Amino acid sequence: MINKGVIAELRDGVKKAVKGDRPAKPPKLHLRGISKAFRSVNGDTTLALQDINVKIREGEFVCIVGPSGCGKTTLLNIVAGLDRSGCGEVLCNGKRVKGPGMDRIVMFQESVLFPWLNVRNNIEIGLKSRGLSKGARRQKALDFLKLVHLSKFANAHPHELSGGMKQRVALARSLAMEPEVLLMDEPFTALDAQTRWILHYELQSIWEKTGKTILFVTHNLREAVCLADRVIVLSSRPGRIKQEYHIDLPRPRDDSSVEVAALATEIMGILRGEIEKVMKEELDEGSCKECDVKCVGAATDGRKLPAPVSPHGK
Amino acid sequence: MESESLTVQKITLPKKEQVVVHPRKPIHWKDYLVKFGFYVGVVGIWELIALFHVWPPYILPSPVSVAQTLYYGFEDKSLLFGIGISMERLIIGYSIAIVLGVLLGLALGRVRYLEQSVGSAVLGLQTLPSITWLPAAILWFGLNQAAIIFVVFMGSFLSIAISTEAGVKHIPPLFIKNAGILGIKGWRLYWEVILPASLPSIITGMKLGWSFAWRSLMAGEMLFVNLGLGYLLQLGRDLNDMSLIFAVMVIIVAIGMIVDHLIFGLVEKAVKGRWGLLVEEH
Ligand SMILES: Nc1ncnc2c1ncn2[C@@H]1O[C@H](COP(=O)(O)OP(=O)(O)OP(=O)(O)O)[C@@H](O)[C@H]1O
Ligand SMILES: [Mg+2]
Repeated sequence: MINKGVIAELRDGVKKAVKGDRPAKPPKLHLRGISKAFRSVNGDTTLALQDINVKIREGEFVCIVGPSGCGKTTLLNIVAGLDRSGCGEVLCNGKRVKGPGMDRIVMFQESVLFPWLNVRNNIEIGLKSRGLSKGARRQKALDFLKLVHLSKFANAHPHELSGGMKQRVALARSLAMEPEVLLMDEPFTALDAQTRWILHYELQSIWEKTGKTILFVTHNLREAVCLADRVIVLSSRPGRIKQEYHIDLPRPRDDSSVEVAALATEIMGILRGEIEKVMKEELDEGSCKECDVKCVGAATDGRKLPAPVSPHGK
Repeated sequence: MESESLTVQKITLPKKEQVVVHPRKPIHWKDYLVKFGFYVGVVGIWELIALFHVWPPYILPSPVSVAQTLYYGFEDKSLLFGIGISMERLIIGYSIAIVLGVLLGLALGRVRYLEQSVGSAVLGLQTLPSITWLPAAILWFGLNQAAIIFVVFMGSFLSIAISTEAGVKHIPPLFIKNAGILGIKGWRLYWEVILPASLPSIITGMKLGWSFAWRSLMAGEMLFVNLGLGYLLQLGRDLNDMSLIFAVMVIIVAIGMIVDHLIFGLVEKAVKGRWGLLVEEH
């Protein structure tokens, strides 16, 4: 029995939420002062991330670029809730992230399709957690397979698909979960240039259709410029935000177009210094025993998007 | 002409969707011919030796008399009955071993404390030939069906548990992570991810377990005489009926080959193929 009181209360709640939301809507994703250190077996600490502050609007496509080993995967794992940050916090819709959740779906570098399930069931297995009925699951799986142009392969098994096709299935599965945020860790890196090019097109058109918030990690600058509204460049380890770029090129973009290449070259100029630093550090065996994790400026509320940070020690 | 060649050509997306057809390994008729020829040769020589009475029939029966024994045995259903009894014991003991072995293996693979305590005991007990459980089983269960089923069970239980444990431990961590992301938790994680992910190992364990179970069943039936194929072997000895002994041995080999090659071979190949573990042989 549902009484009128409860309904009225619910209605009030909705009104309040709507009213309260309008003036200051929290960013979809808010990374506040995130630092992370790893302790190795012999007691050395490696600082992987230092004071990362990022706000991501709803529907924004953000790419994080940085040299290898700068902590991109670590950052994505923290946002996904698969790893814990040393300090700082991740807010999704203003709520603190405590663990993996279906509002933030991760797509890994290699597609992790379950080999014992066919393509359709690989998508359905996630939808089951959403509590959908059998018919609804099936329909939804087929809809999203259509979106990535793989309807014909609904009944194929992963071992019968090419690498690019597997990644498209993984993309369909991630999208079918209807997450608030899609986290992508170099999802196209293992693919050949041609397949990647096609998937860049598809991802852009899907993003325009669905309006998802996407946080995309890559070390390929052209890829970042081609896909993102905003490119965040990380410094070499420990990863700090070095620079941000807003990309206003018209869509759909082509990763080999002149404009994309020109912007990528510009950003490359900045990254080159960082890469050289990494090489030098590795030659000098510059492990940092003394660099402790300091929670610098963590959780300063209402902080603006950070201005380009100059590399430390300058 | 020149301007035409300068215009940017419209690039069409290449069609990637092509069904990957796995080429079947061609059947080498020569291999089969060699195999067939070998067996025909062996039976031929055997028949010749028997014909020339190199050894008396109670030492070496002729293939024809073995075939006759088989034929009459199947006609009067005495052999069929023996096979039936043996298979019944095997299937009961083996089924219980599969269920409990997989459960124990899952627990050992997922719970660290169990692995360190129970796990070491399992590895130790595994070195016991399972027939050595028979005396204890007879005291526990009495001289009946249950004792022999217990021996069969002990033959396969531990090896299934050990293989399952190995399978669970070798599941790629990304599978588990991904399951978490897709909201697969609790019993669903076990039933829909961990169990199927370790299925190839479980099948390897089942195959190993089956051969242990089969061997201990035969040993048990010969020691503790009560129907079944092992009993028929003993009967052959008691009656000095060498062709019965040979006939039962032929049946034991046949059942072993059918289960090993046909059932397990096919299942293993299908599973490994689907799990993407099959390396193409050339
Ligand atoms: N589990 C771990 N234990 C110890 N150190 C780790 C661990 N994971 C990552 N690291 C260290 O943290 C740093 C960042 O690693 P991460 O995988 O995030 O880099 P990345 O930016 O994703 O690099 P790539 O582009 O090569 O994938 C590396 O220096 C690595 O050595
Ligand atoms: Mg990485």
